[in-house]
Amino acid sequence: MTGKILTANRLIDGVSVWFSANSEWVENIHEGFVARHEEAVKALEVAGAAAQADNTVVDANLIDVEEGEGGLRAIRLRERIRADGPTIAYLPNAKNAPSSSRAA
Amino acid sequence: MYRYDEFDRDFVSARVAQFRDQVERRLTGEISEDAFKPLRLMNGVYLQLHAYMLRVAIPYGTLSSRQMRMLAHIGRKYDRGYGHFTTRQNIQYNWPKLGDIPGILDDLASVEMHAIQTSGNCIRNVTADHFAGAAADEVADPRPYAEILRQWSSLHPEFSFLPRKFKIAVTAAENDRAAIQVHDIGLQLKRNDDGEIGFAVYIGGGQGRTPMIAKKIKDFLPEADLLSYITAIMRVYNLHGRRDNKYKARIKILVHETGTEELAAQIEAEWAHLREGELKLPDADIARITDYFAPPELPARAEGWAELAAWKKSDSGFASWVNRNVRPHRHPDYGMVTISLKPIGGIPGDASSDQMDVIADLAEQYGFDEIRVTHEQNLVLPHVALADLEPLYRALQAEGLATANSGLVTDIIACPGLDYCALANARSIPVAQEISERFGDQARQEEIGDLKIKISGCINACGHHHVGHIGILGVEKKGAELYQITLGGSGDENTSIGEIVGRGFEPEKVTDAIETIVSTYLSGRTGTGETFIDYYRRVGAAPFKQALYGDTAAAA
Repeated sequence: MTGKILTANRLIDGVSVWFSANSEWVENIHEGFVARHEEAVKALEVAGAAAQADNTVVDANLIDVEEGEGGLRAIRLRERIRADGPTIAYLPNAKNAPSSSRAA
Repeated sequence: MYRYDEFDRDFVSARVAQFRDQVERRLTGEISEDAFKPLRLMNGVYLQLHAYMLRVAIPYGTLSSRQMRMLAHIGRKYDRGYGHFTTRQNIQYNWPKLGDIPGILDDLASVEMHAIQTSGNCIRNVTADHFAGAAADEVADPRPYAEILRQWSSLHPEFSFLPRKFKIAVTAAENDRAAIQVHDIGLQLKRNDDGEIGFAVYIGGGQGRTPMIAKKIKDFLPEADLLSYITAIMRVYNLHGRRDNKYKARIKILVHETGTEELAAQIEAEWAHLREGELKLPDADIARITDYFAPPELPARAEGWAELAAWKKSDSGFASWVNRNVRPHRHPDYGMVTISLKPIGGIPGDASSDQMDVIADLAEQYGFDEIRVTHEQNLVLPHVALADLEPLYRALQAEGLATANSGLVTDIIACPGLDYCALANARSIPVAQEISERFGDQARQEEIGDLKIKISGCINACGHHHVGHIGILGVEKKGAELYQITLGGSGDENTSIGEIVGRGFEPEKVTDAIETIVSTYLSGRTGTGETFIDYYRRVGAAPFKQALYGDTAAAA
């Protein structure tokens, strides 16, 4: 089933974060609070606007997710890459590692 | 190399102080994101998918060892131990924290570097031939003129809020290695019959969603008139360039909509007011700037000829590297060395801080302290004695920097794509990696010969796909990545825009499609003397369409 979660980038370091059920910004998408009905979606919109206004985060957006056995999975590839990091072995010591799976 | 004067130092340090204050006020909430965003962009700070990104200007792609070491230091101290060299001869860091960026800018300023005008609707870093000052075929070193343009355009109050960004490239050879015809202004330095230096001036080139080849509007602009004439171009563009639609705001659209002749006439009329004014470049000023770029004194090292021949004979890997990555220098005992940042299966343009340090050391030891960044995302040591090539090769090899693929199928340009970029629709790097691995065999690459593959993850075309012999453009279709292939593009003195060959390919089918294209070329070429682009220009797209799509070809 699909729902919406609130995501943003943290002002101080730009790191991707998601809004949790405890009303905290967390770095793990799986801890994101899933809004499954209109009222909850509205509440997330308010939370996003408030967090931007108090300069905790920037670029707050609601994104579509589906819930499965492995936890939350963003519908759009862009959001899955935001959640999981680059799909390539980019760190210098991993420089020549074979390219990672395309199934981000 | 150019050294900052008092004015340069003052404006860079003033800007760092100003930005430090802006960052502090942003972090305390005194200014909003809406107010801050244009300020951070003016200082090269973007927000990408995972973090901020800082783009640092490398004017005309020229670096000293000291500067390269600072780039390494920044990667290590503030980022994750690496940096990414871009198609605009810049470097990007993918993980800086906002609060650290003023400190990074301080460090950069200490080696006469900055990130000003690496973003925003202003005149961006001026790029130049990466072999400038060393190539046998150049008329004169183009970098003094790029430096004059840098000084003139830096914080230029009239041109800080243009309709859109503005990119200038300069070359000084008939063989255009700076892709000047896909820039807003392209300058080709030349000499007239009297031996005087001037420029052929091209305007309105560009890639992005509406690729255009620049139009030549002047055959010979005397060097003294460089700034007055470019100011005239900028004024006409600033006044008439469209501000109602960002997709139609580049000067290429103005040229297209106005007509080249009419626009050139408007520029001429504006220039008439400016030509004899304060923008006239005094010979003494040109000479003063040119002095900074005096080539190093290169002692005769004729022993290198015999040594080189012997080394090549005894080591085929070294021979391949010399054949592909070393080009003749204007001094017969020297070569221009391309350090490939395209290891097989690697990330195009990435270099670790450790690699940057090694390159800085090697540039000092063997290369007269000069390093260049190419728009093809490689590095260059422009002055290396043939007698030093073997030890240089060994040292590069130890760091994974001796891939012998300059200009070959695995020397792929790729933008950061959806792995990093907030604008991207599809990934570029994994596509490049898979193609690189497929074609990584040295003998096979050499058999295929010169072939430029360029990959962009969105229509903005940072990966220059429009001018790839084979271009790959990632798009998003029905929520998934899809890759369009174009053929026949070229970014040199015979610039052409690639044509879409047919319907796009799913990610897992792209490398096979490239294989089909390469096989079609290999079986159809008249011989090894006919390069891929020559073959395409002779036969067109038909055999490729047939091979890729069969009889149902090319409906897309």
